[in-house]
Order: sequence, then C-alpha cells, then structure tokens
Amino acid sequence: MSAVLKASDQAAAILSVKGVGKHFGAFVALNDVSVDFPAGQLTAIIGPNGAGKSTFFNVISGAFAPSSGRVVFEGRDVTGLRQHEFARIGIAKSFQITNLFRQLSVRENVRVAAQMRRSRFQIFKPRSAYPELLDKADALLQRVGLVDVGDKLAADLAHGQQRALEIAMALAAEPRLLLMDEPTAGMSPEETSVMMGLITRIAEERTVVLVEHKMKLVMGICQRLIVLHHGELLAEGTPDEIRNHPEVKRVYLGQ
Amino acid sequence: MNQLARYIAFITRHRVAAVLVFLLLMPWLLPYEALAVNILIFGLYAVGFNLLFGYTGLLSFGHASFLGIGSYLAGIAIVHASLTWWAAILVGVLAATLEGVLIGLLAIRTKGIYFSMVTLALGQIVYYAFYKAERWTGGENGLRGVRVEFIDLFGWKIDFVDPLNKYYVILVFVAAALWFVSRVLASPFGAVVETVRENEQRAAACGYDVNRTKLLAFTLSAAVCGLAGTLRALHLSIVPIESLHYLLSGQAVMMCLLGGMGTFFGPFVGALVFLALEDTITHMTRYWMAVMGAIFMVFVLFFPRGIWGSTLIWLDRVVARQASEKRP
Repeated sequence: MSAVLKASDQAAAILSVKGVGKHFGAFVALNDVSVDFPAGQLTAIIGPNGAGKSTFFNVISGAFAPSSGRVVFEGRDVTGLRQHEFARIGIAKSFQITNLFRQLSVRENVRVAAQMRRSRFQIFKPRSAYPELLDKADALLQRVGLVDVGDKLAADLAHGQQRALEIAMALAAEPRLLLMDEPTAGMSPEETSVMMGLITRIAEERTVVLVEHKMKLVMGICQRLIVLHHGELLAEGTPDEIRNHPEVKRVYLGQ
Repeated sequence: MNQLARYIAFITRHRVAAVLVFLLLMPWLLPYEALAVNILIFGLYAVGFNLLFGYTGLLSFGHASFLGIGSYLAGIAIVHASLTWWAAILVGVLAATLEGVLIGLLAIRTKGIYFSMVTLALGQIVYYAFYKAERWTGGENGLRGVRVEFIDLFGWKIDFVDPLNKYYVILVFVAAALWFVSRVLASPFGAVVETVRENEQRAAACGYDVNRTKLLAFTLSAAVCGLAGTLRALHLSIVPIESLHYLLSGQAVMMCLLGGMGTFFGPFVGALVFLALEDTITHMTRYWMAVMGAIFMVFVLFFPRGIWGSTLIWLDRVVARQASEKRP
C-alpha cells in the first residue's frame, strides 16, 4: 500500500490547484483548497452534499474562474482562461446534467466535437473535405456502444445512451485530462456498471478526474481520492487511506 | 433506396442547381416580371436573415438596417459619386458588412430578447441617421435618380430597363449569393454555427469560441442582406426611406417562419408566398395586412416548420413508408 502511495507521489502533477477559493457574494463555496492531480491516474473527488464538489469541478474545468488561488495545467497557469480555451489546451469535460446538441444526429455530435482540433472558422471548404472526422466519430461511437444509433437525433436517445454520448464527445477533443461530473448520475445499476467499466478503460490511456457523490462506486476503480467537506479539503490519499481516515469516517461514512 | 428517395437525395446534393433551374423559369410562372424581381431580392434577403435566425439561433429585429444600408450606399455611389453599377454593388455590400461587424460586436454581448431589442434599437438609430442626412439620402422623399439604363458587360450592352433582362442580371448575383450561403452552411464553420444554436455551453466546452462564431455569422448574414439591398436599389431606381424601417425587419422574420426557418430554401419559399399573397390580396382589399396577419397566425400555429420545412418532412415520411412497404 505504501508502494502505491510512493508511486503516486513520484508521478508529476498534470494539474495543480493552489490555494483556490470561490465565493458567491457572502457564501464561501470553496476555501483555500490545494491539491495535485498526478498524471496518468484516476482520481475521484468525493464529499457529502454541499461539500463544494461542483464548484471545484467548475473551477478546474474552466466554467468560471476562482475568486482566489491558481490552477496550473502542465506547468502553465490556466486561471481565468475562457471555457473554449480549456478544450483547446487539452482539458475536456462531461457534464453532470446531460448537455448535448439535441437536434443534431448522434454522429454529428461527436464529429463536430472532433472537428475542433482541425477547423473552427473554415467557410470555404465543405465538411466532406474532412472524412477522417467521420471515421473518428464512428470509432468513438463504437467504443462507447452507440454505433447502431449514430443516425438518431441526440434528443431521441435513452438517458444512459446520452451519458455515453457525453463521454464520446469529451474524448473526441483528444484531452490529456478528462474531467467527469457524476458520470453515472441517474443511471440504473446495470448502466452504472457498464459506465464504470468504460471509465476504467479510458483511465488506462489518459488522466481522468471524476466527481462522484456515491463513494462506494469509485472506491474500487480509482487510485486516488480527494474528500471535500464544507468547501475545504478534508483528506486525500489512496482508497484504503481514505477508508481508514478518522475524519472522513466521521463526516462521510459514519452517516 | 427506392426511386423517390434517390430522386430526393439527388436534388439535395445539387440544391443550388435545383434552385437555379426553378429561378430561371420563375418570370414565366408569374403575372409580371417586377414581382419576380422582387421575389429574387426578398428571397435573398430572407435567406441571409435565416443564416442568423434559423442556423445560429439569433433573432434580430434590425436586419432591414442591412438591406437599407446596402440600398443607400449603392444609391449614393451612383447618384453622388457617379460610380458604375458593379462598383456601387461593391460599395453597398462592403458598407453592410462593416455595419454588420459594428452592430454584431454590440449585439452579441446580449442574449435572447435583449439581443432582439438591441438590434432593433441600433437599426432605428441607423434609420434616423439616414432620415436626417437629407443632403445625401433625400430624407423623407428617399434617394431618387439611381438610374442604371445599361449594363456594360465587356463591351456587351444589356438594356437594364427591360424587365426580363433586369431579372436575369439580378439572378446572376442572387444565384452566386445562394451558392455562397450553401457553401457556408455545408462548411465546418456551418457545423459550428449549428452547435451554437443547439447549446452554447456545450459548444464552448467543445472548444469553440461562441462569441466569435456569432460575430462571423452575424457579419455574413449582414453582407448577404446588404447585397439584396444593393440589387433592390438598382431594381427600383430609388431608395425609399422605408428600406431601413423595422417593418422590413419584421418581414424577414415572417418570410422565414412562413417558409421554414433553418432550412436552406425555406426562407426563399416564404418570400415568394409572402409577396405573391401581398400582390393578390392588395388587389382585393385595402386591409391586406390584416389578411396576411391571419394567414401568418395559421402557419405559426399549425405549421410551425413552415411550408418548405413541412414539405421536406412529408417527403421523408413518404420515402420511409415506401421503404417499409417494399421490405416484407
């Protein structure tokens, strides 16, 4: 166990959060949180309701800038970069509440997400000049199990399929860091276990950080856990360390 | 694929060519040529407006301002600067494009109804500025004397007063512009524009700069509407002050909804039906606007996808039914 800890300490941090705080008016959602995310690991951010998980996710995924502190990605200060710049530098995310291009086809949802790496303001060439984007979209749909419904509108998919499409779109941006906000929200137990398998395989090839409300779900698959409580960092460590952490037991597991 | 489906797929692939065949025949299908010219011009205006409304999802109530500025600047170029006709078109389109950048920069900071109100207000500012600049614009009386009698084409003199000649000269520009809009919609940028309409938050998360996308779409839309305006000045030989009035902005919305927003050719069909109805009903009653209003309401309530949009869906269904009948 200590060997695992050592390995994680040695791994270089792909993302470092340094003294980050966020307040909305007088309400303090996050207070002085400092955390490193080692490259190549699957890290889960957990905590009870109102712990500041979503605020933290929004800060590290670029939805809004922190009130104080810095976010450093691959050695570069990305604090205050605009949302679209996050995807371009290599940080992609999937949303907690399904957030798709509903009236476009499933395949087009992924194709246009992949197109970002190739072309954003090209008006003189047709889309068909980039056939490799369609191949890439189909490969990703195959991977998340949606290849048979590629021609359907995104709006017509079942909930679990929409969650899978979220992931395919995030992967299409070729991120080095993939952030996921409660990827199994609203899923049935069967869908959840399929999703967990998918996440485990994705985590083998890139750094993944996911926010999860249900602690048990992530214990088995993540290498590292971060526990937030009342907007502050309560604990961090391997699943075993967290399981035996007295403070965590008190606020989280003891319920 | 059955016969009908193959036929539809063929037309869809060559949509600009299909439209062109129809437009080449149009003057012979209508009672008089001036109506056909009007349909060309307003069809292009509605297609340009639809680029922003139907595809980007932004409802502007100030697009008459681009039509009008195209008309006025082309007119001023001819009347005051004695420029030749094609140079006047160029001046008008450039002016509308520039105005598109300026108004776009201000308007895209707002969303929803505020966007509509800002475009309306800025459009009205332009209206009053042109109303007051009487020395250049003729004020209330409009700009008179935008006379183009001959079009010189490499030594080939075309009589531009002849209505049929006028129709085909204007058609060249309209067809080129329709081809351009079709290209833009089929381009990667056209895909990004649709993501902005569908979900701005997701488009940004995908790495697309939403504001820049909106600004470029706004500017392209303004340029196309401006071109329609310059052609209208050549057609009417006068630029009436109503060209800048918000009533014309409203007509763009009506034409789009009537024909089918978010389809390539729907707005053109909307303009055709709108102008043909206007032409017919004004012969019957002075209260033609009331009749148009009633017709418009029926469409919004019962055919929200418009004439063209509903036709496309109906064709899809017919194809699907034929396919399923063949299978067993």
